[in-house]
Amino acid sequence: MLTAENKKEIGIFGLVACLLMLIPGLNAWGPDGGLFAVSSFQVSLWGKYLTYAILAMSLNLLWGYTGLLCLCQSLFFALGGYAMGMYLMLMIGDRGAYQSDLPDFMVFLGYQELPFHWVPFNNFWFAAGAVLWVPGLVALIFGFLAFRSRIKGVYFSILTQALTYAVCLLFFRNDFTFGGNNGFTDFKDILGYSLNDSGTTRGLYIASALLLLTTYLITSGLLASKLGKVQQAIRDSENRVLFSGYSTTSFKLVIFILSAMIAGAAGALYVPQVGGINPSLMEAAKSLEVVVWVAVGGRGTKWGPVIGAILVNMFKSYTTQAFPDYWLIIMGSMFVLVVLFMPDGIVGVYKQVKNKIAQKRSLQIKEA
Amino acid sequence: MSDNLHHGPLYRDTPLILSVSGVNKAFDGFKAIDDLNFYLEEGELRTVIGPNGAGKSTFMDIITGCTRPDSGSVTLHANDGHDVNLVKLKEFEINRLGIGRKFQTPSVYKSHTVYDNLVLSLNRARGVLKTFFYKETAEDRECIMEVLKTIRLESRVHDLAGMLSHGQKQWLEIGMLLAQGPRILLIDEPAAGMSDEETERTGELLLGLEKKHSLIVIEHDMEFIRQIARKVTVLHQGHVLKEGTFDRVQSDPAVVEVYLGRQGKKDTNK
Repeated sequence: MLTAENKKEIGIFGLVACLLMLIPGLNAWGPDGGLFAVSSFQVSLWGKYLTYAILAMSLNLLWGYTGLLCLCQSLFFALGGYAMGMYLMLMIGDRGAYQSDLPDFMVFLGYQELPFHWVPFNNFWFAAGAVLWVPGLVALIFGFLAFRSRIKGVYFSILTQALTYAVCLLFFRNDFTFGGNNGFTDFKDILGYSLNDSGTTRGLYIASALLLLTTYLITSGLLASKLGKVQQAIRDSENRVLFSGYSTTSFKLVIFILSAMIAGAAGALYVPQVGGINPSLMEAAKSLEVVVWVAVGGRGTKWGPVIGAILVNMFKSYTTQAFPDYWLIIMGSMFVLVVLFMPDGIVGVYKQVKNKIAQKRSLQIKEA
Repeated sequence: MSDNLHHGPLYRDTPLILSVSGVNKAFDGFKAIDDLNFYLEEGELRTVIGPNGAGKSTFMDIITGCTRPDSGSVTLHANDGHDVNLVKLKEFEINRLGIGRKFQTPSVYKSHTVYDNLVLSLNRARGVLKTFFYKETAEDRECIMEVLKTIRLESRVHDLAGMLSHGQKQWLEIGMLLAQGPRILLIDEPAAGMSDEETERTGELLLGLEKKHSLIVIEHDMEFIRQIARKVTVLHQGHVLKEGTFDRVQSDPAVVEVYLGRQGKKDTNK
């Protein structure tokens, strides 16, 4: 049984899927010049936007639907990215600057052999697994401690920010075996395909698009179930949920871990498309940017975070070229304006305007 | 305090459903609850009154597991004749044993419909996975419709709870408690902020629940208490000052001294 609303949702989903596939399609078979030409650079740029969009969706699951403002979402993103980065570093083999089997930074730091925890990352599937379980495990441990101690609201936000800062400092250290402040770069290929190849670029873009659509389906599935209702109930009145016999700790923990894994997967697709990763990705400011994307697009809406992430980042690309010094000020004011005048973000504007007009009409009728 | 979860095969020979005995609780040296003894019979509607700071909220917190007492016991005399010590259980565990609590400020899920508010309150499996795979049954629907009838919100069933008036939200929350199928209902100031007409309807609602459930109602509003009161317990400085019918309690000089006297003055101010 499909209601009209379900049909509309499926329609929009299909439309988005088609639009997403347009970019690699035009890149592969489109014209070489003119309005419809899409270069490989643009494909990987859009691929990056999509991974940002998935990151925003993962935060929305927590902040928009469960009321947990998590400020370490980019930490999970970076952990996923690092796990994939380790695999990509090992795939360089002896093609690095020092022509050693070890990654360049290890040669530089005087390592004789590969540290033991790097060895399994020679296997792509181990790395792909780590992309999920490492952020998941961090979320499990941190979330268990935080939720069990009933840490809520702004205190939860501050703690998550402290966590990402602490891990960021750890990754900046050279002796932490993850390349210090230079991080990883200079990747050559993934699963045997050269990263310079336009086919690989398209492949990574398509993987990102599929992950985005999957994340959408997961979110919809959750929201349609009673679990999703409990989630939103926790946002509205956590005590009521607790006093209705639900262990809110377990519910929050499960959502937190799920969201961390999604962010990790997005990070893993981000790294090969951008061509590197370093600890600055974990800086507290990065997680705050994600909050801005979600707020601008529409918190607690299904497509809002996607729209927000893409638009804000397109705008950022433009601004950092045109007015490089003003980006932070512009982003800050954008956030303030959205909070003040568009509480439901871009997605909510249509409804806002409709309500305004309806209000005016009813006033006019009364006056008449 | 020896066993924290006593499931011994004690056969219940009392008509009691809840015993609170010898409970103490201090916050930073301040004795909020001082040797409190309180016994509730099955199917009873009990009203608890007391001036501000008498320990009414702490008393509720202790029963529902929000606060752990320093000493003393809180025992639920369960259906099957077993006694359960509530002192060391968590809030949601106590709730699953059949003790529902209504908060002073209406706590409903404002972005869910009235119907969904009740679905979430149903006494069904409440684990994460089971919740994810939950399918609504005809029995569930029937149960919800019955609750809706009791709280007289049938016409608002598909509206968002956030759109309800203050009084309706209070009723919905009582309905959410009923949907849990509880044995004991703890209700904190249900009439606060209601109009006279709403207050009266709330009174009728509570009186209708008597016998089917056991109720503890904390209240301030004397008119309202007069309407619903059967047996009244007066709390003062963390222990029971007096217990009896409303008229007897009202005319008791000690009670007048600590509580009703002040209330009387307030009333003349109105």
